[in-house]
Amino acid sequence: MGRYILRRLISAVPVLLGISVVVFAIMAMIPGDPALAILGSYATPENMADLNRDLGLDKPMVQRYFIWLGNLLQGDLGRSFNLNRPVLDEVLERFNATLILAGTSFILCSFFGIAAGVLSAANQYGTADKAITFAVLFGISIPSFFLGMMMILIFAVNLRWFPVSGMWPIYGTRDIWSLLDHLTMPALALSVVATGVIARLSRSAMLEVLRQDFIRTARSKGVHERGIIWRHALRAAMVSIIPVLGIQAGFVLSGAVYIERVFQWPGIGQMLVDAILRRDILLVQGGVVFVAACYVLFNIVVDVAQSLLDPRIKT
Amino acid sequence: MMAFLKLLARNQLALVGLVVMGVVVLLALITPLLPLDNPNATDTPARFTPPFSDGALLGTDHLGRDLLSRLMWGTRLSLAVGFAAAVIAATIGAAIGIIAGYYGGRTDNVIMRVVDVLMAFPYILLALAIVAALGPGLMNALVAVAAVNIPFFARNIRGITVGIANKEFVDAARLAGLSNTKIILTEILPNVIPVIVIAMSTTVGWMILETAGLSFLGLGSQPPVADLGSMLGEARSALITNPHTSIVPGVMILIIVMAINLLGDGVRDALDPRLKSGALSRPLPATLVDRDRQPGGPADATALLHLSDLQTQFHVGARVFRAVGGVDLRIQPGECLGLIGESGSGKSVTALSIMGLVASPPGKITGGSVFYRGEELIGAPYEKLRGLRGRRVAYIFQDPLATLHPLYTVGDQLVEAVRSHYNTPRDKARAHAIDLLKSVRIPNADTRVDNYPHELSGGMRQRVGIAMALANDPDVIIADEPTTALDVTVQAQILTLLDDLRHERDVAILFITHDFGVVAQLCDRVAVMYAGRIVEQGTTDEILSSPAHPYTSRLMACVPELGGGRRRLEAIPGLPPMVDNLPEGCAFADRCDKAQDACRRGEIPLDTLGRTRRVRCIDPETEEATA
Repeated sequence: MGRYILRRLISAVPVLLGISVVVFAIMAMIPGDPALAILGSYATPENMADLNRDLGLDKPMVQRYFIWLGNLLQGDLGRSFNLNRPVLDEVLERFNATLILAGTSFILCSFFGIAAGVLSAANQYGTADKAITFAVLFGISIPSFFLGMMMILIFAVNLRWFPVSGMWPIYGTRDIWSLLDHLTMPALALSVVATGVIARLSRSAMLEVLRQDFIRTARSKGVHERGIIWRHALRAAMVSIIPVLGIQAGFVLSGAVYIERVFQWPGIGQMLVDAILRRDILLVQGGVVFVAACYVLFNIVVDVAQSLLDPRIKT
Repeated sequence: MMAFLKLLARNQLALVGLVVMGVVVLLALITPLLPLDNPNATDTPARFTPPFSDGALLGTDHLGRDLLSRLMWGTRLSLAVGFAAAVIAATIGAAIGIIAGYYGGRTDNVIMRVVDVLMAFPYILLALAIVAALGPGLMNALVAVAAVNIPFFARNIRGITVGIANKEFVDAARLAGLSNTKIILTEILPNVIPVIVIAMSTTVGWMILETAGLSFLGLGSQPPVADLGSMLGEARSALITNPHTSIVPGVMILIIVMAINLLGDGVRDALDPRLKSGALSRPLPATLVDRDRQPGGPADATALLHLSDLQTQFHVGARVFRAVGGVDLRIQPGECLGLIGESGSGKSVTALSIMGLVASPPGKITGGSVFYRGEELIGAPYEKLRGLRGRRVAYIFQDPLATLHPLYTVGDQLVEAVRSHYNTPRDKARAHAIDLLKSVRIPNADTRVDNYPHELSGGMRQRVGIAMALANDPDVIIADEPTTALDVTVQAQILTLLDDLRHERDVAILFITHDFGVVAQLCDRVAVMYAGRIVEQGTTDEILSSPAHPYTSRLMACVPELGGGRRRLEAIPGLPPMVDNLPEGCAFADRCDKAQDACRRGEIPLDTLGRTRRVRCIDPETEEATA
């Protein structure tokens, strides 16, 4: 198992390098003098000279990439002139908030998505199946930002169950309960689309598995229908559900951009949008590279989970 | 194409989607012709007029602009941008995919590695990076959304192209000296276009949603021009005081995306042929029993299992396949009965019907009875059937790789067989599992018990299957071609094992096979099945030495005899009849040399022939045996 994880980590290196090239290339598309673009209104001659020295912006493109990559590997993502602090500090702080939001959403969508898919398949063409199928269609069609706004209107403004926005109360203690209070609505709103997609896939994966010969064998042994569905069929269906969980994690992570905006959640999505509008290029560059790298590493976790679940995968 | 449209039309939800989408697109197209206010004309005193007021059907926004007009123009813009993004992504993605798939080799490798890297990004993040570089604006948002979808198209189209590029007609074009460009344009592209269109129809909803999302964030369309997303974004600050300004554009996005999704689902279903046959149905816990079933009977209380006039059908669309058309069988305690026939003769379905294991839908038991020690099983409550399955009546199936659960150890599966019926503690059940593996002569049983099925050889796996059937000391084992998937030496070992176990444990066996050699080795009695019915029954010796039904003798002529020498192996001419369209009279008549007119009229009964035999033929081969 240890060797398998190591192998997967090594195979992620070219992908991570590729990601750094892509991000660097996109940022290099910005027309004009890069130092001027990065500094914007802070472009005094001294600042530009400093920046050129640090980032080698007056050097050829390839050389600039390797300087940037070298800094990146040392944990130096540059400095945000708008915020006047290192990019990495800002990114880590914001990513922490996003991780709480997206992580909760991911748990919610995995749990409810799989449960809904299994129930739907177990009662194929029944009332529960029809209700779930309709709910899923609705869930994958509604824009998450619109859903979030409607949730604020109903549950925060009218029913007063949850606070309207933010991550922490303005006054009062920052404990787990106040966090949950603020987290519930954005996490639910963010999970809806992914829940729908996972439910849909789980349903068809279960239907596929339930027709297999080994299910008939289990029935011929006299295994209870509950055991057939949850122990035999779901276990086998998980093999095709888990990769989709990995893909959906990416959608949840990036979909957080909208939800953070709606609920004023101080996450990395909000940071990126603000940075784009303020043309804070190093902050955008650092944030995108960081999140993409985290997602690649998360997918390794997914692969390892898959290999733990399926003994046929050679580890 | 017509069939496809018909299928699509039959899907009512897809039709609703199509109609809604048609109306929305039509309205968007004629928006400039409608008598609408200028969508950008501000009128601050009349800001936040509620919906349904005079002069503003949907009210006005925070600058007093008419919401209906803005909605129509915004929809027009959103649709245009979404479709444009889809077309751009599809065109560029398909071009890349075709080049990678057609040229293959190094080109393919390099392109696909780049695609992999692009797909490793969380989707929207890449779009954000592109917008960051190009600057906010609707055109830039369009470019960003199109760009992040290119890898998806490239990968899909590449897969299709690789398949086509190796086809004969492409080779022929190459040999004819056509240039690569010409081959791609005339041979590859026409075959890929349908796939591109379908991929577009399923992704255009996403593209509309994503461009709306970027506009919502303020990175797309810039004021005063608004698409649906930026309308929603601007309305956000007035959400609490004037929710109608948010609801109007939000609901419109919902309607558009839902209509596209409905349509996309319809297209997908219409293209997936498996859905047409209902093959994707989930089999129920027990085979359905037709409510108007004529029970068979009366029960033979001395028999362990008694099948009486059993009828099982498959209903697929309008066609009815009579897989089992009235079968009578009796299995006495401790005896081994062989059920023999060609594939498709209904022998497996007969065996599965006994414990309600025929997949349903489409299977259905429509007549007759199955008695276990005189107790009716057909139509019995599920709990009763489940209690008998594996405890009193156990099964062994054909392909042990497909019939064992791939993700559980054989030990776990044996333990489960016991614990489904008895509250045996786990450690005791495990010890029992090891004993079972020993009893089927598996070496190193105490380590093998923790193996997964894929770690065992075919013969070992089938031994596990047998051990599982023996787990609860059943009265009867139904073995459905248990040796067919194994090679010959292993076959012989498994047969010997079954024969030994049968005598050790005094268990009855219903042995289903198409092989007379196997029958000779193992069975006391034989029943021959053809087109869903028993055509001959008797002791193994009688039937092997003097088959009475012409079908039986033809079937035996197909079996090579070891050391038998010069006899010619004869195939039976023709094919078994389709069981959804059985001829009147004898089903074998069309393939029989001795067929007469009388063979094709009325019902031919299963007559007794001698003391122990029965045959369904008006002119049996062994007339003399009657005496």
